[in-house]
Amino acid sequence: MNENELGAKDKFSKIVIAYNSGQIDEDNRKYARGEQHLISIQNVKKIYSSIRGKVTAVDDVSIEINEGEIFGVIGYSGAGKSTLIRMLNGLELPTEGSVTVAGKQVSKIRGNELRKARQEISMIFQHFNLLWSRTVRENIAFPLEIAGIPRSQRQKRVDELIKLVGLEGREDSYPSQLSGGQKQRVGIARALANNPKVLLCDEATSALDPQTTDSILDLLVDINKRLGLTIVLITHEMHVIRKICHRVAVMEEGRVVESGPVLEVFKNPQQQITKRFVQQVTEPEETKETIEHLLEQYPQGTVVQLGFVGESAEQPIMTNLIRKFDVTVNILQGKISQTQNGSYGTLFIHLDGNGTEVSNAIEFIRAQQVGVEVIKNG
Amino acid sequence: MVNELFPNVKWDRMWEATGETLYMTGISVLATFILGILLGLLLFLTSKGNIWENGFINKIISAFVNIFRSIPFIILIVLLIPFTKLLLDTMIGENAALPALIVGSAPFYARMVEIGLREIDKGVIEAAKSMGAKTSTIIFKVLLPESMPALVSGITVTAIALVGYTAMAGVIGAGGLGNLAYLDGFQRSRNDVTLMATIIILIIVFILQIIGDLITNKLDKR
Repeated sequence: MNENELGAKDKFSKIVIAYNSGQIDEDNRKYARGEQHLISIQNVKKIYSSIRGKVTAVDDVSIEINEGEIFGVIGYSGAGKSTLIRMLNGLELPTEGSVTVAGKQVSKIRGNELRKARQEISMIFQHFNLLWSRTVRENIAFPLEIAGIPRSQRQKRVDELIKLVGLEGREDSYPSQLSGGQKQRVGIARALANNPKVLLCDEATSALDPQTTDSILDLLVDINKRLGLTIVLITHEMHVIRKICHRVAVMEEGRVVESGPVLEVFKNPQQQITKRFVQQVTEPEETKETIEHLLEQYPQGTVVQLGFVGESAEQPIMTNLIRKFDVTVNILQGKISQTQNGSYGTLFIHLDGNGTEVSNAIEFIRAQQVGVEVIKNG
Repeated sequence: MVNELFPNVKWDRMWEATGETLYMTGISVLATFILGILLGLLLFLTSKGNIWENGFINKIISAFVNIFRSIPFIILIVLLIPFTKLLLDTMIGENAALPALIVGSAPFYARMVEIGLREIDKGVIEAAKSMGAKTSTIIFKVLLPESMPALVSGITVTAIALVGYTAMAGVIGAGGLGNLAYLDGFQRSRNDVTLMATIIILIIVFILQIIGDLITNKLDKR
């Protein structure tokens, strides 16, 4: 990716096409003036009618996503997130409401205009969806063929993309000869071929092992930073949200039940479902059992759960605690996770000592902007 | 040696008949391939959940395909006599067999094409759509290449069936090895002629199968 191409991605230079529809025209002008979010989903509903009746897959969802942002939608399967992300490139049409991406009302345009818009809104998939009959090189060239790029330029662009996603040496392999992670890299290269404005990730790491997931997520963050590409992803893994997203929306039964900056949501989850998702990353699975076990083991003293967010996670709170107060501190279990806007951690400690000293110590921790929850008072 | 075992075989007649069989098979395979893919694509694309979803058209094509697929070939030839006469102004010779051969095998192959197309991962079609591909691009750059091994193995099976059909057509006057085996062999009780014609048909079938398998394996990169 060279500087020229980055320049060409400039949003103002591309909005030159005039449309017949007044609404789309207005959206376009607003977008060009920078008054509108890159992606705007407004009061969107999707109702499927089947023989057994109507199913509301997406229920009155409104989301706005800024340029350059990595936005995550999390939910269990059947929450409607898959339908939602498909409305962003017109693979699904909303029953009600409107979806605007990069100044184009995707929920309204049809035919050639929609196909042109889709070249700027690319997508990667859980099962990669590569053409098995084409080599890596030919797979990456496919969207360029669709866009009508001449062969010589295609070659050059494909070489750049192969380098960008780190697939040098595998150009002439067929998908069946690649590992899952490599296949997804081909998927990403293919998605980036036409310099899109938005990258949609449909459970892009759900079929990969944890290590490969991390390397693909690192690649996505790298692309987001280097190209300023806006990424919208859906997942059921909080790990993915924690690692790369700036903002998150939690979906349940077709509705967005909670949304905000990732760190905020981690610090202060409101809904039960969000709490469960947050626990996925902040507490190892066996935490509950461990704590029960510890409570039996330490009948004396107090077990406290601390929640650290952002800066507080990086301060020597324990040292200060022991120096200032006459208490014994026993660290039981802890974990710190990095998010895109800061770190978040939980720590279980056992405090023993004089009653007032212990309560003073807890007050001290609270004053350090650390969330405190007393689990057991001895 | 061969002449002793097959005393009644007139080789020039035998080669001529082989040529006729190959000609009928070749032309009808080619026409079946094109027509079958067309029909198969229509069947697939108009089926539920696909690009040209249209229950009405799908049912019509499906009924047409089923009817012509179920009529026994020997009856089909007879049924098509008026049509063939209208088309070619004759009922004798290799060309006269072609309409029946094609009408009999294209619907059969169309079903195989449809099955091949159905096996394509829906996600791949969705991916092509998400890149802004036109329907024609999806057909020529996704559907056909991705189902090519199935299309080739299907046409191999159909071609072998067609060799059998040409023999049947031969019996009622279309020429070829079937005609020779029946008239020159069976009816004149020259078993060696019948046997030689059968051997040549077997060789043709084996060669077709080998070529088909080779191409299928070469194409299949899964």
